[in-house]
Amino acid sequence: MSMLRFGLITGPLLGAFWLFVLSVTVSVAMSFATGDPFRPSILWSFVWGGVAGTALVQIGRSPLVQAVVAAVIAVLVLIGLGPMLIGDSTGSFARTFGALILAAAFAPTLAIILDEVTPGALSRHEFEHSVIRFLTGFGYIFFTAIVLIPFYVMVMTSLKNQAELMQNPLDFSVDLSKGWGLLRSYDELFTQFNFGTYLINSFGISILTVLITLLFAVPGAYAVARLRFKGQAAFSRSILLIYMVPMIVLALPIYIAFSMTGLRNSLFGIILIYPVTTIPVALYMLQGYFRGLPAEIEEAGLMDGLTRLAVIWKITLPLSLPAMASVSLYVFMIAWNEFLLAFMLLDDPSTFTLTRGIASLNTSEIPRQHLMAGSVIATVPIMVIFLGLERFMTKGLTAGSVKG
Amino acid sequence: MTHAVPPKGIGHLAKREARLAWGLLLPTITAVSLVVVLPLLAIFWISFKPVQLSDLRAPEVVLREDIRGDTDAVGDEANIRYRIRNSTQDQPIRDVTLTDTLPLGLVVGALDPRCTLEDRTLYCDFGEIEGGFRERLMIPVTIEQAYLDNGLRPQDSAAIVTGRGSSVLTNTTFTLENFARIFDGNEFWQVLWVTLFYTFFGTIGALVLGLFSALLLNKSFRGQGILRGLYLFPYVAPIIAVAFTWVILFDPFSGSANALLVQMGVTSEAINFFGVRPWALIMVTVFAMWGYFPLCFLFILARMQSIDHDMYEAADMDGASPFQQFWSLSLPQLLGILSVLFLLRFIWTFNKFDDIFLLTGGNAGTRTLTVNVYEQAFAISNIGAGAAVAVVIFGCLLTFSIFFLKYISREEGL
Repeated sequence: MSMLRFGLITGPLLGAFWLFVLSVTVSVAMSFATGDPFRPSILWSFVWGGVAGTALVQIGRSPLVQAVVAAVIAVLVLIGLGPMLIGDSTGSFARTFGALILAAAFAPTLAIILDEVTPGALSRHEFEHSVIRFLTGFGYIFFTAIVLIPFYVMVMTSLKNQAELMQNPLDFSVDLSKGWGLLRSYDELFTQFNFGTYLINSFGISILTVLITLLFAVPGAYAVARLRFKGQAAFSRSILLIYMVPMIVLALPIYIAFSMTGLRNSLFGIILIYPVTTIPVALYMLQGYFRGLPAEIEEAGLMDGLTRLAVIWKITLPLSLPAMASVSLYVFMIAWNEFLLAFMLLDDPSTFTLTRGIASLNTSEIPRQHLMAGSVIATVPIMVIFLGLERFMTKGLTAGSVKG
Repeated sequence: MTHAVPPKGIGHLAKREARLAWGLLLPTITAVSLVVVLPLLAIFWISFKPVQLSDLRAPEVVLREDIRGDTDAVGDEANIRYRIRNSTQDQPIRDVTLTDTLPLGLVVGALDPRCTLEDRTLYCDFGEIEGGFRERLMIPVTIEQAYLDNGLRPQDSAAIVTGRGSSVLTNTTFTLENFARIFDGNEFWQVLWVTLFYTFFGTIGALVLGLFSALLLNKSFRGQGILRGLYLFPYVAPIIAVAFTWVILFDPFSGSANALLVQMGVTSEAINFFGVRPWALIMVTVFAMWGYFPLCFLFILARMQSIDHDMYEAADMDGASPFQQFWSLSLPQLLGILSVLFLLRFIWTFNKFDDIFLLTGGNAGTRTLTVNVYEQAFAISNIGAGAAVAVVIFGCLLTFSIFFLKYISREEGL
């Protein structure tokens, strides 16, 4: 490692890697945006990145040097010797835009990464800080890309048609002149595939699941958190053990029982099962919260003549509203996303939930933009709820996080 | 003078409190035992039974009733015909009886020996009927004026049939064939190896990605909240939606990922990522890492933010470099949550069914134990074998759970 700790080695190396990372990023972004062939060149990335790193370390990191580096990179890309190679068919606007973006992103960020690097020997701190800054930049790009790309593909695919998709799988540019025609898959899903019903079913089931879960879990959680009884410790620990049981193991006997009693294909049957899968986690989350509440307030209530149930209703519940919100959101998410039970127990399209409805679109006869449109319809509500109430959701996820 | 002694045993109030506690827990316990404990017991039972998917319907007596012959005038002779059959080919039904009310104005002739007639109520006892049993029971009748007047036909009053079919599920036939079948040959070890590969690398990958992303966001800057929300997307979105997106993204013919790889010169021709070995297994493992790193990220971030910052300042004063601080300060502090997360994720990944089922359907060498339950029970229609696989899974989980309980008591921070 210590061999690397010289400014004139660290600088070019980080420059080379950073230019490569950025040219891959810009190539992928430009390809996805335009459908034109952009590709990174490993060789030129390393050569020019190394040169740029040397320049920034040796000459300095003044804005002027940065500007020169950026300009050189942009020109190199445009003449075809740069870190990013662009196919001949690409229009001059996209070409220039790509080159400029890459150049403009590279020079200042590399200057920041190499902030403490001087030409001579580096201290451990200087060296590690620059490596950490490089890794941080890489991390942001990497995670944002892996999270965003699938969702971007999902939305864009739903707006295109089969022929366009087959012709150039990379071309996600949408033709805005189509106007509302872009949303044709959505329109067809709602008019021909009953997605309206599925949406209502999913909402109804999820909300009912939340209500029933709370109805069961609140008294249970209170008992585990506050009351003393034999087996309390064992109980609070074994709640989570239920989550160690895989759903498929339960689904098989449930399928058999429902087939024999005729509960298959009914929303009622689903409502019977869903809450039970969420009660243990809700109970676990709530009892943790209840324990944190000061017992004195409840004792004061008891002294003033309230019964236990009245204490729960009038004191504990109002105090634990934030926790209730987290739990409700979390349970809603589980019920909304549930697939296995819906898939096994529902065969009749009038009882489908959204996830089951999407599964029914997965045949070769139905074009795949419909499949993606269905996915978007299922994803958007939960995302909107999640982003709107992110604070509660994050808390709920950390407290229980037992979606499995 | 008597010494004051503390009360012994359980007092009245304590008893009342315990009663209330059990009362409050009762609904939960009932519901959970109905939907979790009962099915688990059922799985053990079924795993020793030769049950096929088609056996789920218990055998029953199927009856059709009509009247044959002329029924237009008084004195006409006709037959009431009961067609009785067993709905299955191979299972007997015991205590089969038939009860029917005949309409007015039919004079019954010679009765079948198994039947009796009281007033207008016909009662027949067939005893036990074999599988594939099929019979026509004819009751000769003579028409009278009353029959013509009131217009009621024999089939207008539904005949009542009873009979106790013995379903394979409830009888006492047991077999070890299910277990012999699933342990037979290389297939089981193949499935087990795939399960362990998927579980282990999926878990480790999710942990490493989670740790990396938590390190990125463990500082406050503008947009930190947005990024944190963004990084949770894979976990919050419905599995089915993201799984299908991945399938489409990596499609060999029209998938963008393949087009991108070809364009960038990484491969010369498209790879069928979810269709061929060993890519399929690698891809489902990568999907598990992608889908569950947010969970690890969230936990690790929460733990990181609760680490006392003074320690880092002290380390800084002592000249520890950032990497040294990470190795010697952060990692030991995070070890607890990392091990709990590893255990939890290991178990959940082991249990995961939806992901692989949706991505590959268990083909191309990605059949894990949970997918095998489905394969055996529904694809091959052998419910018994499916249950046997489920029992094997359950055995593995019991082992994990012992570890889990040991650790969770040490690490209450969860």
